Amino acid sequence: MPKTFPIGGVHPPENKITADTAIELLPVPSSVVIPVSQHIGAPAAIIVNKGDYVKTGQKIAESKGFVSSNIHSSVSGKVNKIDSIIDTSGYKQTAVFIDVEGDEWVETIDRNSEIITEVRLSGEEIIKKCLESGIVGLGGATFPSHVKLTVPAGKKCDVLIINGVECEPYLTSDHRLMLEKGEEILTGVTILMKALKVGKALIGIENNKTDAINHLTKLATIFSGVTVHALKVKYPQGAEKQLIKALINREVPSGRLPLDVGTVVHNVGTAYAVYEAVQKNKPLFERVVTITGKSLSRPGNYLVRIGTPVSWLIEAAGGMPEDTGKIVSGGPLMGKAINNADVPVVKGTSGVILLPKDESERMEISRCIRCGKCIEACALNLEPYLLMTLSEKGLFEKAEHERITDCMECGSCSYICPAGRPLLDYIRLGKTAVMKMVRERNMK
Amino acid sequence: MSLTVLITIISLSLLALISSVILYFIAQKFKVFEDPRIDEVQAILPAANCGGCGFAGCRNFAEALVKAETFEGLNCPVGGATVMGSVAKLLGKEAPVVDPMVAVLLCNGSPEFRPRTSKYNGASDCRISHNLYIGETDCSYGCLGLADCVRACAFDAMYMNSETELPVIIDDKCVACGACVKACPRKIIELRKKAKKDRKIYVSCSNCEKGGPARRACKVTCIACGKCVKACEFDAITIENNLAYIDTNKCTFCRKCVTECPTSCIIEVNFPPRKPRIEVQAEVVNDNPNV
Amino acid sequence: MSNILNVSPSPHAHGKETTKKLMFGVVVALLPALFTSIFYFGYGAIIVTTTSVISCLAFEYLIQKFIFRKPVTITDGSALVTGMLLAFNLPSNIPVFIIIVGSFVSIAIAKMTFGGLGNNPFNPALVGRVFMLISFPVQMTSWPVPAGFSTGYADAVTGATPLAIIKEGLKNGESLSQLVTQIPTPSQMFLGNMGGSMGEVAAFALLIGFAYLLIKKIITWHIPVSIIGSIMIFTLILWLLNPEKNADPMFHILAGGVLLGAIFMATDYVTSPMNPKSMIIYGCGIGILTVIIRVWGAYPEGVSFAILIMNAFVPLMNAYIKPKRFGEEVKNG
Ligand code: SF4
Ligand code: SF4
Repeated sequence: MPKTFPIGGVHPPENKITADTAIELLPVPSSVVIPVSQHIGAPAAIIVNKGDYVKTGQKIAESKGFVSSNIHSSVSGKVNKIDSIIDTSGYKQTAVFIDVEGDEWVETIDRNSEIITEVRLSGEEIIKKCLESGIVGLGGATFPSHVKLTVPAGKKCDVLIINGVECEPYLTSDHRLMLEKGEEILTGVTILMKALKVGKALIGIENNKTDAINHLTKLATIFSGVTVHALKVKYPQGAEKQLIKALINREVPSGRLPLDVGTVVHNVGTAYAVYEAVQKNKPLFERVVTITGKSLSRPGNYLVRIGTPVSWLIEAAGGMPEDTGKIVSGGPLMGKAINNADVPVVKGTSGVILLPKDESERMEISRCIRCGKCIEACALNLEPYLLMTLSEKGLFEKAEHERITDCMECGSCSYICPAGRPLLDYIRLGKTAVMKMVRERNMK
Repeated sequence: MSLTVLITIISLSLLALISSVILYFIAQKFKVFEDPRIDEVQAILPAANCGGCGFAGCRNFAEALVKAETFEGLNCPVGGATVMGSVAKLLGKEAPVVDPMVAVLLCNGSPEFRPRTSKYNGASDCRISHNLYIGETDCSYGCLGLADCVRACAFDAMYMNSETELPVIIDDKCVACGACVKACPRKIIELRKKAKKDRKIYVSCSNCEKGGPARRACKVTCIACGKCVKACEFDAITIENNLAYIDTNKCTFCRKCVTECPTSCIIEVNFPPRKPRIEVQAEVVNDNPNV
Repeated sequence: MSNILNVSPSPHAHGKETTKKLMFGVVVALLPALFTSIFYFGYGAIIVTTTSVISCLAFEYLIQKFIFRKPVTITDGSALVTGMLLAFNLPSNIPVFIIIVGSFVSIAIAKMTFGGLGNNPFNPALVGRVFMLISFPVQMTSWPVPAGFSTGYADAVTGATPLAIIKEGLKNGESLSQLVTQIPTPSQMFLGNMGGSMGEVAAFALLIGFAYLLIKKIITWHIPVSIIGSIMIFTLILWLLNPEKNADPMFHILAGGVLLGAIFMATDYVTSPMNPKSMIIYGCGIGILTVIIRVWGAYPEGVSFAILIMNAFVPLMNAYIKPKRFGEEVKNG
């Protein structure tokens, strides 16, 4: 009997159109735009100037502070300008614009496709390598990986959890990666285990990806300590706390981190990136992106250079369909809608979904019928209908008391509400206000 | 039968008596002394509870007034000089002269001038749209058009103009309580000093970007070219953050800057029409039905 | 780009469920009971149901259109459900004007005065029914015996409900073993072959509806099961204490409106609590109150009153009974 997390959850239609399409290499575009803030934490500081020639894999922006990340050029060419562009955050961000000339990689990168499973670096060196290579969580949260690998004094980590759940509909980039780069991922997992000094790693995969489960289970026999676990399909299983609960039945207390229950969660994509960084010396400048949509002529999974405009990706997938009403970067439940197709692909872009017009309009909002379906759907057992009302009315103290800050913004509540109420919109608003309030209170 | 009635009457009366005695003692015990003047002051205040004074409600303001040494910084914008004057008389203090203010919108980006580049489809709330993204246009400073300010106004002094998709302030009704200023997540409503005949000249733009990008986003943006600064003979205009600002204390309403502005983002309201030889491109912003 | 894109906060997907679909789901679940009542009560059932549904819809429409002056939402199905449930709570030979008065109370007073769907604290259909029961006690308690289409609307032969038979009998000092010959057998009751209000008689039809509601995930099991369970346990205790004075649990469940109430009335979204914990408390409250009213109260039937009383506690429960949050810290843990 496959495991899952106990409370809440929804079952959106899977729509994994691209599950059987192998990863293809996306041609390098004629110019790329690389934002300096692609991760959680401080934006990186740009270290190149206009007119400089950069090589593929060369560092162009340096991490500022502990929670931050390096940024590397994904192409070779000339820095055209340093300007701002609207990125997936919805606002203008500073970015480096590079005009592509050829494709000259930094010499230290090992471009040999041979798989190296033997890990030579020590724990500290691995963490340094992750920092150096600009590795961030590739599941979508983009938290700098070196931070997650550094176990603070007094805390203990005894098991590593690898997230291969990919519970969002449409997305298949992790699925394909597990099928095609299984051995690399498992090596990456071993590397992560070494960095964290744990002897056990659990890979959780939802059982709508039986091929990936079988493939990795077979491979895992030669990697000691790594086991693969099938999980029942349910959204939001990919959320850290839910995955931990499902796999090892530990409940992360509210407001705490997985480390507080002795575990760390990394995505399979991150494991792959770590493998490439550590074994191949290759910084993070490309990632697998699912480009999909019901009316797209050639949806697929592509290996895309960071900074490639989404429009280029759409071209490769057969061009923008007439009926496109919304472009979502990420999954349909947690992704961000982008307001134009020039937005560049960044480290956190796991997919680009083109929704047809009729699916891109919200339904009309009607009154709450108090059906309680939002409570039923919330994996944290919050009361979304109440949180929304409190936020709407500005009763933030009360909202804090009702644990609005626990909300992980999974969107299950808005998804399920029969009255089409914008629950998460207001909860997010209230959450931001409450966090600000708490911060101000702590300052005093 | 009559006995039952009697017993009922007696027992109920007893109950009432006992409860009233208990209530009386409790009321005595928990009695809080309050300055009786607070009630008197509160009676004078407009009872709008709008928060324009900076206090939660009229009663809190009344308490503050009674406690205050001087009235410095304490003002009820709704009641204005009359109300403050009578409060001052009652408390035997002096009310400082506070200029009456009026709210103005520092954005003129109607769809005609500021093309829509996307369509917002989330909950109809400026704060949510603001937290989410740049907005329906390419200007990350301008009005989002979802009427948070109109909802915040307790005096019905604002409405949305469906054509310009911008809020309109009805000067006669605006009491300058500042609720809209607080409600706007983009902070594009300003309280300005009221001038005679309700005349106004102000830079109706909040875009802090440099000229190029600002202009690409909106045709009536301030591009900080500085022409108005040069045109002004009274040093009333300064440029900061790529944005011109007209100081109401120095402005003499000569209207020279208005014609100078290449993007027509300086707006004049309630002036008599100019002599025909000067071509005015400025938008008619005052579509107030009450004027 | 000419194509202007939509932008909204996440999520960008929505489930198939809508208020309308849920309401029509309830209507579908009510159909088996409707058919059986037509089978048993003939023309009466058809007349009562149609009158009630039409007048409920009409009142909702008129009020929204001319008093609220807001968009009319009668298509959301909530008035339809109220109309059907109201009809199911009435005897099949009740005069039409009483039904119209009842619908008016349900829609205009119990629902619209509070602001319409979503805001009413009490179940509209039940308020209507209780109002009628108090105002027209005679018409509301003369129950036609099931006769299918063989009798007309007005000249139906009336009899007492099993609950009333027992109540009367016990009051007259008879013991249960004497009364048992007058009441229908459990299997008759299960099939609905007894006197009673239209929708409540056929247990099997209501259970089919229940199964449908559960499968379609329109309601959860908590409320119905806790009502039925608590009635069973309570009456079992009473029955074991004195089988001569108290009817057995099976009888209590099958007779009267327990199933209709537990499955369709108490689970009304708007007037029931929203999280499982309070749902169970609410259900048990209804169960216990029902038995108390039945056994010790003046009325033979108590489900409607019990539900209305518990409705009053719902806001309180929503405010104070909280689900256990994920990651809630245990004290000192
Ligand atoms: S978005 Fe927040 S409140 Fe809504 S279901 Fe997810 S965790 Fe619960
Ligand atoms: S799901 Fe929607 S209608 Fe149901 S209780 Fe929650 S907010 Fe209300």
